[in-house]
Amino acid sequence: MDPFDLGPHAGFIVACYIITFSVVAAVIGWVLIDRAQLNAALKELEDQGITRASNKQNAS
Amino acid sequence: MAFWDFANPTRFMRLTDRVLPWLIGACAIAFAIGLYKSFFMAPEDYQQGDTVRIMFIHVPAAWLAMMCYSVMTLSSIGTLVWKHPLADVSAKSAAPLGAAFTFISLITGSLWGKPMWGTYWVWDARLTSVLVLFIMYLGLMALWRTMEDPIKAGKAAAVLTLVGALNLPIIKFSVDWWNTLHQPASVMRLDGPTIHPDMLIPLLVMALAFTLLFFTLHLMAMRNEILRRRVRSMRQKAAASARPAAATASTQAAE
Repeated sequence: MDPFDLGPHAGFIVACYIITFSVVAAVIGWVLIDRAQLNAALKELEDQGITRASNKQNAS
Repeated sequence: MAFWDFANPTRFMRLTDRVLPWLIGACAIAFAIGLYKSFFMAPEDYQQGDTVRIMFIHVPAAWLAMMCYSVMTLSSIGTLVWKHPLADVSAKSAAPLGAAFTFISLITGSLWGKPMWGTYWVWDARLTSVLVLFIMYLGLMALWRTMEDPIKAGKAAAVLTLVGALNLPIIKFSVDWWNTLHQPASVMRLDGPTIHPDMLIPLLVMALAFTLLFFTLHLMAMRNEILRRRVRSMRQKAAASARPAAATASTQAAE
């Protein structure tokens, strides 16, 4: 069994795996970029002295 | 610890901090084993040849497309019945993932269909009902974006999600109820799978890998949604505290 010889329809098989990999990579990228942007926004707000109500409760 | 204790977003964030590294590791291992088995261990199909290897991504993606909607349906019940604070966070976070898996399922199915059926697409019951599922995901994502208040948006989306759940049994049984080009179920059957273990085992490993990927991304997206709501409430707080100061300044300017 040669895994690199995918027969006459190799293009369809390779295209399926490339598209799947690309979509999964895009979703992972979206989640990570979203996380980084949200962390930056949170830090900016905290630097301005704005805190959450639950933070104040924890502090007191 | 009761299930209800996880309703606290801070506790949820702490728990997922501990769970996520293990999930990511398990997902990577499952994909490595699954892909190895799919390409190096699974034999060619006697009719389809190597094209059968598309099954190892198409079928798990299709299962995930439906499972993701099932998770959203349960979350919607949690939103409407118990008003669980994380329920609409879960539903909202799952929608883009469900759309992605449904898209993969549709595209890989289409690319599998061309060499096997001679066509990329037919308007048969299975393909059309999965396309409707994809449109439902897009519609729900759009609905969440149309409303500023996440609580109101969550309730509206929960109702629409429950209505859309009627499509799930239609997708599952479409191949039995109607005469379709798509083949009937060959794994989840009352009389057991009809696939040879040499192909079934790689398929199940890939299904496990996709499921772990879904739960990993779902938890990560839920954490993002919790952070987004924190940012929103902090911005509202900042705007509210800035408003009296601005009003005082404008009064002084008028005097």
